[in-house]
Amino acid sequence: MQIDLRTVSIKPLRHTFDNIARRIGADKPASRYQEGTLDMQQEANYHYRPTWDPDHLIYDRDRTAIRMADWYSFKDPRQYYYGAYTMARAKQQDTAEANFDFVENRGLAATLPDEIRDTVLALLIPLRHVAWGANMNNAAVCAYGYGTAFTQPCIYHAMDQLGIAQYLTRVGLLLGDVASLDAAKQAWMEDDTWQGLRRYVEDTLVLRDPFELFVAQNVALDGLLYPLVYETIIDDVLSAKGGTPVAMLTQFMTDWHAETRKWIDATVKTAAAESAGNKTVLADWIVQWRDRAAAALLPVSRIALGERADELTTEIVQQFNARMAKAGVPL
Amino acid sequence: MDMQAAKKKLGLKERYAVMTRGLDWTPSYQKMEDIYPYVAYEGIKIHDWDKWEDPFRLTMDAYWKYQAEKERKLYAIIDAFNQNNGHLNVTDARYINAVKLFISGISPLEYVAHRGFAHAGRAFPGPGPRVACLMQSIDEIRHAQTQVHSISNYNKYYNGMHDFHHAHDRVWFLSVPKSFFDDALTAGPFEFMVAIGFSFEYVLTNLLFVPFVSGAAYNGDMGTMTFGFSAQSDEARHMTLGLEVIKFILEQDPANVPIVQRWIDKWTWRGYRVLTLVAMMMDYMLPKRTMSWKEAWEIYFEENGGALFKDLARYGITMPKCAGQIALEKDHLSHQAWSTFYNYAAAANFHTWMPDDDEMKWLASKYPDSFDKLYRPRYRFWREQAAKGNRFYSKTLPMLCQVCQIPMVFTEPGEPTKTCYREVDYRDDKYHFCSDHCKKIFEDEPEKYTQAWLPVHQIYQGNCFPEGSDPTAEGFDPLAEVLKFYNLEHGRDNLDFEISEDRKNFAEWRGQATRNI
Ligand SMILES: [Fe+2]
Ligand SMILES: [Fe+2]
Repeated sequence: MQIDLRTVSIKPLRHTFDNIARRIGADKPASRYQEGTLDMQQEANYHYRPTWDPDHLIYDRDRTAIRMADWYSFKDPRQYYYGAYTMARAKQQDTAEANFDFVENRGLAATLPDEIRDTVLALLIPLRHVAWGANMNNAAVCAYGYGTAFTQPCIYHAMDQLGIAQYLTRVGLLLGDVASLDAAKQAWMEDDTWQGLRRYVEDTLVLRDPFELFVAQNVALDGLLYPLVYETIIDDVLSAKGGTPVAMLTQFMTDWHAETRKWIDATVKTAAAESAGNKTVLADWIVQWRDRAAAALLPVSRIALGERADELTTEIVQQFNARMAKAGVPL
Repeated sequence: MDMQAAKKKLGLKERYAVMTRGLDWTPSYQKMEDIYPYVAYEGIKIHDWDKWEDPFRLTMDAYWKYQAEKERKLYAIIDAFNQNNGHLNVTDARYINAVKLFISGISPLEYVAHRGFAHAGRAFPGPGPRVACLMQSIDEIRHAQTQVHSISNYNKYYNGMHDFHHAHDRVWFLSVPKSFFDDALTAGPFEFMVAIGFSFEYVLTNLLFVPFVSGAAYNGDMGTMTFGFSAQSDEARHMTLGLEVIKFILEQDPANVPIVQRWIDKWTWRGYRVLTLVAMMMDYMLPKRTMSWKEAWEIYFEENGGALFKDLARYGITMPKCAGQIALEKDHLSHQAWSTFYNYAAAANFHTWMPDDDEMKWLASKYPDSFDKLYRPRYRFWREQAAKGNRFYSKTLPMLCQVCQIPMVFTEPGEPTKTCYREVDYRDDKYHFCSDHCKKIFEDEPEKYTQAWLPVHQIYQGNCFPEGSDPTAEGFDPLAEVLKFYNLEHGRDNLDFEISEDRKNFAEWRGQATRNI
């Protein structure tokens, strides 16, 4: 017998799980972001200490100097849970694929002035290693941070950075070939231009405080690198010289930065608003890593900006300071 | 233009290599051991990370595309299931207790797997395994979330699941799965990969996931079935990773073999003990059975696993020693477990019941060597007692095994009427074990297992009562206070299915659908 269950109207006993109801009230249904995020990480009664870090619990608030009464105060303004995240990226990937097709099918790479192509190869391709470092760092924040609200976006961010490293690799293969990737790696390893940045990345790979790592990588380094490279150099300076096809190939990065900085700003803002102590710690970290990042990026920006590098980098730093002030951390 | 035309197309393998390993470099400003501090202390020797064979070649663009497609379909089905009151389609309301077991016992482990693979995906100096681990990390948060999202609707209508995170960290029997994964996550990254990637995902997954998913399918639970099938395509990747890990470690150095063998022995046993919960679910909790626990063990472990270990023999790996004892227990495991939960139904977050006559017949046919002789008489007695109004709920606390944390209810291998006890003196204390295998695991790492948060000990120490309660007060009811601490509602979340609100509501709601109002 086929029963038509749709006709049955029954009153639910409860709207959501208790842990969510305790946070948002028992009278309303929860969103999928809330049910997929809040209290997902185990909180109590861990059985053993990590053999790889016996001074800490499995998940431990004390791995960072940032203090939060409730680590679920953090909210991702994009409300990404896995499903929402992958669907958003798949859509962006469609656009990126169409852009790559457009450039490839029309042979636009070959129409680039040599000077532009050389600049792009010299500037962009070593950045795939920077993105790879960002992948590792966000994996670390996810692994060693506290609370799903803080750690969840980091695994998405880690995979995004891997995706970006792979898009950059494709740009290298499209404008050049495998030898271009090798040459860029050699520059990354040996050229003076890149050593400040490589040192910066390697120094972040040994940071143990997950929140400081979040600041050094996502706030400071990427907070200067993306506006400088993708917004200023590619979308502005190079496009004006006939490099528009390159801007198409890096549209993912531009859009991605505009999207992800909302989450990064919200995270900084929440941590800073928690206490004066947090604010001081954050300001110290941000200033220290901002200055190092700006210094490391300066020789890199010269590849494309030449003499204007100092001026434009200073401008980017000023914009960054304004952004941080808005997030509650005046520098 | 010429250069463009002459450009050589990369093969799939080469292309994947430049998309992953090509991104890595040998650091010079920081030392390798500072960047990868967790990779040496387990004693595993890796000479050449480049020998790692990528188990699958998935770049992020393809990953997003495939996974988003799967998510779109999955959530469309979940939405339809919810809108159409799909929960009323399940065989009968007893089935929903399997869902409760799953959300409170298994889904939180998916989350731990997510964090564990993020840790492993950062810890290895080899770029190949790092990428593979991170993909599994993000898959595992998917599993945790799709399970919570699917089961969310059941929680709206049925009891026992309403505070499953809280329960997972506290309720006595949930320390069995919890301590299992805590054990893996607190081990070194190589052991974690052998424990979860290989032993759990490769060797035992068919005994965990498949029974739940096919149980859901057999019992009309479209919601659970759908996330289960959707996760299976991820599992295929995870299994190839688990197998590649083990082969890679074994091929790197002969000194790795004994370490890995010890881990395989340990984790097969640890995993098997967790599967106790699955065994009783298969034999008792599914109104419509798929296959018996014993059959599942024979097919998925003895046959498939046997072939696998034959394959690994060339590395010097042998079948885990515990397989012999597991074979002796397979006629008893699910019955002993269900009897335990039947007794402790006052302190659990799901309902138990006695099998009906048809179900007893099924059990007797699946377990001809044990059921009629040992378990049917017991159940008959309990049924008679219940009919007389003496449904028994044990209110005393059992002794737990220090390692697997299961009450010491199992019997001696080959002697099914004699309870098995083992003990070890360590420092100034005595530790108890359910078996030689748990005892051996303890003896190999006593410092680790003495830390275990044993729910019964914790209750006796007074750590599992709500704040402000006074155990010295007159009329203090420890069980009632422990239930409050668990946030379980006495009379709704626990006790026998026959008297449950679930049973009553389900009958009433189904009735509305079949009657003309
Ligand atoms: Fe999973
Ligand atoms: Fe045990």
